[in-house]
Amino acid sequence: MPVFDETHARPALLEARALAFARNDEPIFGPLDFTLSAGEVVLMEGDNGAGKTTLLRVLSGLLAPTSGEIRLHGEPLTLARLSPQVVLLSHQGGLKLELTALENLRFAAGLVGQRKGMSPPSALTAVGLDGYGDVPVRQLSAGQKKRVALARVLLAPVALWLLDEPYANLDRSGIELVNRLLERHAHDGGAALITSHGAYAYTSGAPRRIALHDAQRAAMTLPTGAMA
Amino acid sequence: MTPGSTPAACAALLRRDLTLVWRRRGDAFNPLLFALIVVALFPLALGPEPEQLRRIAAGIVFVALLLAGLLALDTLFRSDYEDGSLEQLVLSPHPLSLLLACKIGVHWLTTALPLIVLAPLLGELLHLPGEVRGVLVVALLLATPLLSLIGAVCVALTVGMHRSGMLLALLVLPLYVPILIFGAGACNAAQAGLPSLAPLLWLAAALVLALVLAPLACAAALRISIS
Repeated sequence: MPVFDETHARPALLEARALAFARNDEPIFGPLDFTLSAGEVVLMEGDNGAGKTTLLRVLSGLLAPTSGEIRLHGEPLTLARLSPQVVLLSHQGGLKLELTALENLRFAAGLVGQRKGMSPPSALTAVGLDGYGDVPVRQLSAGQKKRVALARVLLAPVALWLLDEPYANLDRSGIELVNRLLERHAHDGGAALITSHGAYAYTSGAPRRIALHDAQRAAMTLPTGAMA
Repeated sequence: MTPGSTPAACAALLRRDLTLVWRRRGDAFNPLLFALIVVALFPLALGPEPEQLRRIAAGIVFVALLLAGLLALDTLFRSDYEDGSLEQLVLSPHPLSLLLACKIGVHWLTTALPLIVLAPLLGELLHLPGEVRGVLVVALLLATPLLSLIGAVCVALTVGMHRSGMLLALLVLPLYVPILIFGAGACNAAQAGLPSLAPLLWLAAALVLALVLAPLACAAALRISIS
């Protein structure tokens, strides 16, 4: 087995080989093989309960895979090597409801640092929440909370975005916003793995898609350059 | 401090947790009120003879503060677990044990310290002799951080479960017993006119050990809990 996939011009940022996860002997997903290169957006599609969220938690190092391996820049993934390079948007969002949007973002910036040329207020502007900085997150709508969470992702100085259902709760302009942010991130050399249950989709560009089917035997379709 | 450095991360976490306590300041009074009620009930049940109350005052104050601390313990990681901020702490490029030590520090500062300030007053309600008051406060200053640190490890183990309150109490109370014995023992020794330094030194030694080991154990337990 070749250690390095020669067909890719750029080194794979993230690579999964025969990745599978089972909880109490019940397979959740896999075995899966895929690569994620810099400058690429990969859309993970699957029905509710297909294991999308679990896959993202495995890829972010929070859960250990049952079998198979994950490689980061060609080397085995550890939480210590991954954590300076990744931001995870989970469905809880990770926001403190009692704090304002700006306080949440300032905390995130203090914790992981901030992207060059970006600050908590400018990240908030970038997600279309100008003027909501001093509003407690509790008073924001579900879609606005999602936007604050996206601002946190945008602010983090990392290359790898793992986004769990980034389109959920967003209106049409919000969906376009996510697409725009993803496009810019890929253009700047970042990579993103996003999940969706298929109702909304990453429409711009031609993202690679990985289909997660039923837990028992998740087949995956990965013809290079499969179109939307 | 450069943003993203470990000191900056700890400062951001301290600031956030203190702000959160301030925003939820109504909840912060619950342990104080609880301790006050427990202590106020004893004279009602046992009768108001100062001689009898004086004998058991230190023990009652200690138990009341221990239970009040237990009441506040479950909130340590609960909201962070539920809103996903705990994942962010785990995924941040800083030592998780250090971040958790900051959280435990804020928790001690905002739940235990007000109780210690209240303790002399509680002692007064039970006719605690004046010369024991100092020993009681010193014993509490050594014992309550120890309770917070040991409690945090147990909370980290149970935070992933629903309705973990009873389990938490079962896990924590046996570990709290030695602390109670040494802490109240120091007060009783002082009250009997005996030297009280030895139990206090035992508490101090245990505290030093827990300060180093508990955050590490806490980090390991949390990693298990969120997986």
